[in-house]
Amino acid sequence: MALNTENEKKQNYTDHQDYAETEAEQHFRVISPSRMVAKRFFKSKLSIVGLIMIIFVFVFSFIGPFIVDATWGYKETEVFKIERTTDMVTMAQFTGPDGKVYDYYDKSQTQVLFKAPPSFDHWLGTDTSGFDIFTRLMYGGRISLTISFIVIFIETILGIVLGGLAGYYGKWVDQIIMRVVDIFACLPGMPILLVLSATISSIESIPAEHRIYYLMGFLTLMGWTGVARVVRGQILMLREQEYMMAAETTGIKSINKIMRHLVPNTMPQLIVSATLGLGGIILYESTLSYLGLGVPFPRAAWGSMIALADPSKGQEILANYPNMWVPAGILIVITVLGFSFIGDGLRDAFDPRMKR
Amino acid sequence: MNNDDILIVNNLKKYYPVSKISFGKNKSYVKAVDDVSFTIKRGTTMGLVGESGCGKTTVGRTILRLHEVTDGQVIFDGKDLSEIPSRELRKMRPQIQMIFQDPYSSLSPRLPVGEIIGEAVKEHKIVPKEQYRSYILKVMRDCGLQPQYYYRYPHEFSGGQRQRISIARAVALNPKFIICDEPLSALDVSIQAQIINLMKDLQEQYGYTYLFISHDLSVVEYISDTIGVMYLGSMMEMGDKKRIFANPMHPYTKALLSAVPISNPDVKMNRIILKGDIPSPINPPSGCKFRTRCPHAMPICAEKKPVLKEYEEGHKVACHLYSQE
Amino acid sequence: MGLLDKLKRGKIEGVDNTTYLTLKDERRISKENNKIIKKYEKENNRKNVSEEEYLTQMMDPANVVEFDNLHTYFFTDVGTVKSVNGVSFDIPQGQIVGVVGESGCGKSVTSLSLMRLVQAPTGQIVSGSIRYQDKDGKCYDITKMPKDRMLKIRGKDIAMIFQEPMTSLNPVFKIGYQMDEVVLLHTEGATPESAKARSIEMLNLVGIAAVEKVYNSYPHELSGGMRQRVMIAMALSCNPRLIIADEPTTALDVTIQAQILELLRDIKEKINGSIMLITHDLGVIAEMVDTVVVMYAGRIIEKGTVREIFHNPKHPYTIGLMKSKPGSHNTKGDRLYSIKGQVPNPINMPNHCYFYNRCDKAMGICSQEYPGMIQFSPTHFAACHLYNEDGSDKSEEEKERR
Repeated sequence: MALNTENEKKQNYTDHQDYAETEAEQHFRVISPSRMVAKRFFKSKLSIVGLIMIIFVFVFSFIGPFIVDATWGYKETEVFKIERTTDMVTMAQFTGPDGKVYDYYDKSQTQVLFKAPPSFDHWLGTDTSGFDIFTRLMYGGRISLTISFIVIFIETILGIVLGGLAGYYGKWVDQIIMRVVDIFACLPGMPILLVLSATISSIESIPAEHRIYYLMGFLTLMGWTGVARVVRGQILMLREQEYMMAAETTGIKSINKIMRHLVPNTMPQLIVSATLGLGGIILYESTLSYLGLGVPFPRAAWGSMIALADPSKGQEILANYPNMWVPAGILIVITVLGFSFIGDGLRDAFDPRMKR
Repeated sequence: MNNDDILIVNNLKKYYPVSKISFGKNKSYVKAVDDVSFTIKRGTTMGLVGESGCGKTTVGRTILRLHEVTDGQVIFDGKDLSEIPSRELRKMRPQIQMIFQDPYSSLSPRLPVGEIIGEAVKEHKIVPKEQYRSYILKVMRDCGLQPQYYYRYPHEFSGGQRQRISIARAVALNPKFIICDEPLSALDVSIQAQIINLMKDLQEQYGYTYLFISHDLSVVEYISDTIGVMYLGSMMEMGDKKRIFANPMHPYTKALLSAVPISNPDVKMNRIILKGDIPSPINPPSGCKFRTRCPHAMPICAEKKPVLKEYEEGHKVACHLYSQE
Repeated sequence: MGLLDKLKRGKIEGVDNTTYLTLKDERRISKENNKIIKKYEKENNRKNVSEEEYLTQMMDPANVVEFDNLHTYFFTDVGTVKSVNGVSFDIPQGQIVGVVGESGCGKSVTSLSLMRLVQAPTGQIVSGSIRYQDKDGKCYDITKMPKDRMLKIRGKDIAMIFQEPMTSLNPVFKIGYQMDEVVLLHTEGATPESAKARSIEMLNLVGIAAVEKVYNSYPHELSGGMRQRVMIAMALSCNPRLIIADEPTTALDVTIQAQILELLRDIKEKINGSIMLITHDLGVIAEMVDTVVVMYAGRIIEKGTVREIFHNPKHPYTIGLMKSKPGSHNTKGDRLYSIKGQVPNPINMPNHCYFYNRCDKAMGICSQEYPGMIQFSPTHFAACHLYNEDGSDKSEEEKERR
């Protein structure tokens, strides 16, 4: 096996010096557990692909809008009226001289302002309201990503605190918290969201643009239970580790024990579950927007952009204007896949034994 | 009480309820430690031997109050550890330290070695702040760890070095008493000798008292001054090392000693092979707990529990073979 | 700048900072490994291999197994681990051969190579041969044997007993079922009834009293010693030529260990087979075996009959191991002899004597080339520069010269 130059160097070094100082292990270079994880993470091609996907989506949705604004000076709700003539085909009937009714296609030329096809000015064309689709994709991504990060963040904090309490103190604290978790876990998410959003829409004091925040608040409330379970399980496992016992025998304070020994060691599982959770939240948000329950109309969301192609409102857009809905779908897939790849990569990196 | 005795354990009991949550009273217990008493003199080493499930590890952990005491007293340096409030206990913790069996799970994987050793030193203010680093380095040197390990993480070390770190963590708190819970059983033979020597050196230098828990009789014989032999939560024989090894009185001790393989192909031991397995500690045999495997069992063994009685100076045995009056 | 700050920045003179592989190197190594592994896997997965290809001749017909210059490597991402690096020894018919060494010395990998159970794809038998002689006197090279043919030998002619009897029995099946399965699989014309009869016979043989009860219980209902007996019974059920016992008593208590060792010795007499006993415990070796093989870092450093090894050890490592065990020879309270340093890291081993760094008697030549095997008696060999080709001690010669 060919060795790299570094190893050859080491070899020579070992040859010439006294053992006590030159044992390979004693070469000095601190490599911390987090660096090891990073190294293992970057070794897997799939996680790099995931990372590139997510970086792309981030740059696209957070930096993109500024570039558009600076270069062309418009935002997501700018209406472009692009006049063009298209063929319009309508179906009509007439009664023939023989008394029978005949169907026929009437082809005529009409002027339309919206639904422009891709062009140099509007890379993906404009939609039914005359908005630039490309720009709206950016704004839609921004809202999806922001919401999902906030939800995951709050969810994780809630989960750490409650799961941590349950795991660390055990006994009745554990009993109460875990029963609450059980109750939350048996609530069906989607139906409740639908009922809730219908209720919220009917309350007039809540402005339409705030609706999504209430719904996301509800998602957070539903989601923390998973995190709490992970944290509790992890802490129960860690409590049995001898280093926790050692921390106890050295008499350090409870708070230090939790902050320095328990929390850092639960982090791997949490980071993984949070990363994998991000994709899920994005899907939830898109579904809500698709159903018209999410971000209200003039503002963009990936889900509502796909909803333009809703076949129940006619096949026309689904069939003739893929530029309106396909890109949003692709972006959702890229984001969710990207988060999954990163999550899987992190899991393998944190615990190399899980592989194979 | 005698000021020479650093630790006095009186009738220590530790029972675990068998069913965790049950309605009404818990009726059956695992009697992990059942009425054990011993004393350890300052600066000496007591070896605690026995097979798995005999309660030797539980004794160590109960002394430290990692598990609450069911009944009995643990008097350390004149104070009853089983009664003092937990806040005070935390302040006393540095005086009694423990070295654990598994060097892989006893070091927190996310802290560098310096932190692992120094964490509690900082918290208990063992040395003034300005001396902290040089103190940790001194402890590390004492334990045979090189200064460049200070910033390294445990995953870079082999079992033997990890056990040294574990010892350094205990020693750094300037303890009087160290409980060693099978510190060698996870190590290779050539490394075991290094660790034994290290522990002996530290004891000579700083006068530590050890409670050395092990299943390896040859190691216990080498390191201890007094020895206690446990079986199913009870002390079977206890006393001076030389007396026990020269003249084992309890049939269990005899069997245990004869079972150790000897590194000499020409010496064929007259081995006492015990029949059967260790009974369950949930439902131990009546009377003498060893009677089910004992080659000398008599009717009285099933009826009466033998008491630990001194037959020669510093040599106590609990067996009906010898007069119990 | 204080010492620690220097240390933190890695600025201690003479301390190399580049021990760890960079990501790029690791990638390159794993790419190369994939290539190598593919080659070996292709070889291993061949079908319809004619028997002539793996038929061979024993060096000595009295042996059951002969290891000949066996190399088993693990191709890991941080480098090649030469777990078994040129191991040759014989297991004679009806004898117990003990393999002793510290963790990572390759003793278990040697036995797994014999069973062809080395963890693929990273672990591969790279070169050398393992010759096995079956009941009819036919000789096979196990390293070249196709996988499906190996199934007929593994578990039947060569059986294995593991260290951890809990994890080597399947917890969801009854003992009886698991034992019968082995018999049914390996015995031609076996019926469920005959399999059960065989299982019960074997349980009787290993000294289990309540045979029917054990036959109908689940593994978790048995104690550790009992489970190990069941494992032994299972290994015996197909009349194996060779039993590999990999640390069979390490997880057991001393009194139970004594029972199991007694049993193993008994069994060997009864079935007239051979045992390859792998352990780190010199005491067990001294009591049990006929010949000893001492391994260190993937190589055999000394081998001989049990009396030669224990009464007249030649290699400093063997000597050190014996001296460092506390026992009757050093109870006076004096310091224990200890071998300095750590068990070596198996990656990128130097090409000099592997024990050089830890050896008390190291000389100049020890850091230059790996010592050859020196013969002291027809059965006693050691690999050490301390001795001349004819087996005489170099240091004594020097003394005389002075």
